[in-house]
Amino acid sequence: MPQTERHASLSKHRKGWRIAWFFVTPFLFFYGLFLIYPAFQVAYLSLTNADIAGQGKFIGFANYLELAHDQDFWGSVWHTLYFIVLTVVPNTAVGFFFALLVVRLRLLRLLVLSAFFLPYVLPVSVVTTAALWLLDANFGVINYLIGSTAAWFADPNWAMPGVAVVTIWWTVGFNMLLFVAGLQNISSELYEAAALDGASALQRFLFITCPLIWPVTSLVLILQLILQFKIFDQVYLLTLGGPYNSTSVVLFYMYRLAFQLNRGGYAATVAIVLVAVIIVGSVVQFRLLNVRRK
Amino acid sequence: MKYQRFSILGLICTLLTVVMAIAWIFPVYWIVATSLKGETETIATPPTFVPWPPNFEAFIYVIQNSPIFRWYLNTIVVSVSVTFFTILFSLMCAYALSRLEFKGKRLIYWSLLIGFMLPFGALVIPLFMLMNKLNLVNSYLGVILPQIATPLAVIVFKQFFDEVPRDFHDAARIDGASERKILFSIFLPMNWSITWAMSIVTFIATWNNFLWPLIITNSTTMLTIPVGMTQVQSAYGIAFAKTSAIAVLASIPTAAAYLIFQKRVTQGVTAAAGLK
Repeated sequence: MPQTERHASLSKHRKGWRIAWFFVTPFLFFYGLFLIYPAFQVAYLSLTNADIAGQGKFIGFANYLELAHDQDFWGSVWHTLYFIVLTVVPNTAVGFFFALLVVRLRLLRLLVLSAFFLPYVLPVSVVTTAALWLLDANFGVINYLIGSTAAWFADPNWAMPGVAVVTIWWTVGFNMLLFVAGLQNISSELYEAAALDGASALQRFLFITCPLIWPVTSLVLILQLILQFKIFDQVYLLTLGGPYNSTSVVLFYMYRLAFQLNRGGYAATVAIVLVAVIIVGSVVQFRLLNVRRK
Repeated sequence: MKYQRFSILGLICTLLTVVMAIAWIFPVYWIVATSLKGETETIATPPTFVPWPPNFEAFIYVIQNSPIFRWYLNTIVVSVSVTFFTILFSLMCAYALSRLEFKGKRLIYWSLLIGFMLPFGALVIPLFMLMNKLNLVNSYLGVILPQIATPLAVIVFKQFFDEVPRDFHDAARIDGASERKILFSIFLPMNWSITWAMSIVTFIATWNNFLWPLIITNSTTMLTIPVGMTQVQSAYGIAFAKTSAIAVLASIPTAAAYLIFQKRVTQGVTAAAGLK
């Protein structure tokens, strides 16, 4: 009896094991081949002088040494940081502001929310097409309305702020949605109690809304930081890194090295720097989320 | 019953909100309006704010003189396949991670969290080389395959599955249901709204993906719409009505998906950010 019982449980266990792997294998196959393997590969490539076809030999840390003295690379880091300064906090603040405007509405709520969110679901090339057309130096409706003749994306001083404004217009709806979700979670009883105690609207905002929304705010800030560090599409489409390299950001520099200058190994070194920075950012993000859950 | 007192301040606030919403959506309106103008009308001063009667020349020109239908087909094939396989494989993997005991489970979960942090943009170089070796550059499979393995959907589904009471699962097992049946006829219907939400969000994100199709396709016939439309623009030169028309055509599917399934998109976006 115990013999068969043991046998039964063993075979059940073995069967369970097989079923579990049946469930995870399809995902893991793609995940391993197209995410984990490339991650190791990019680390290895950064130690080679491979071209974009992958042909090259091991050269140790030579790429890293070159990178440390590469003016164009440090320029791209600097431009990325500038872009982050121009977008992360403003995009979060505008998102919060829009969320505050939206949550107090009733009848118009869905309509207004859609207007703020709709740009987020548009393809990036549609967004940049709209931007290039509305901000066209000669025929753009914005220059017409404000009576200016500025060539926004052709001016080294205005190109990056221009890219930032377009990015905020495109993505602020995402932040707004997170803030709306957060604001809805704040119990209305708190506001009613505070109002009964004679707290003014400003006091309620400062002492109830702001502290209780802070977990969402910190999450949005870190998400933005990670996201904006990876900026590529808008720069590629609006300015191609110009004028005079003023908008050449890290990922764009990597793209140029790899696919235009055929330096796969060296481009992989740039990618490694990007990965390192983003992993640090993501760890912070996880910690924030876990703090929230507890 | 809640009774809202009428207040002037509230009314002004609402009015300002509406004005801002209109200003925010104005660029979208402007692209649509431009697409309905003749080329000379687009550069008239002062600009026409309401093109009436609408002029469909730009749309007709774009449809007749660009491979836009081919790009539509490409983008649909890519987005639908990526969405279908991402959701199916993620559901399966999440179910195993949430409900089955097996060796390597913790390792898989941790590797997902690490994979979640890896920026796709930084991996395009080895991915391109891999596709090159597999002879998949400039093919549907080349565009589709690397987009299937996103850990995010697995992490979201696992969180939802973790909340399904154990009793459901045990009862089904005692009734002799197979694990596959439990997933697809109990867990899936119970979590239908988040599955649907993640599907729509994945579809929109894939439709809009720019970087990977840009890198992996190189012939006009294989482009997806977001990449293809930029080529048309450089070919047309300054032709605002035509570029606007193609932008409108490129946006219709995602804009419609959002406007029709607004609630689901909201749910998907907030779940993906880690807020349920």
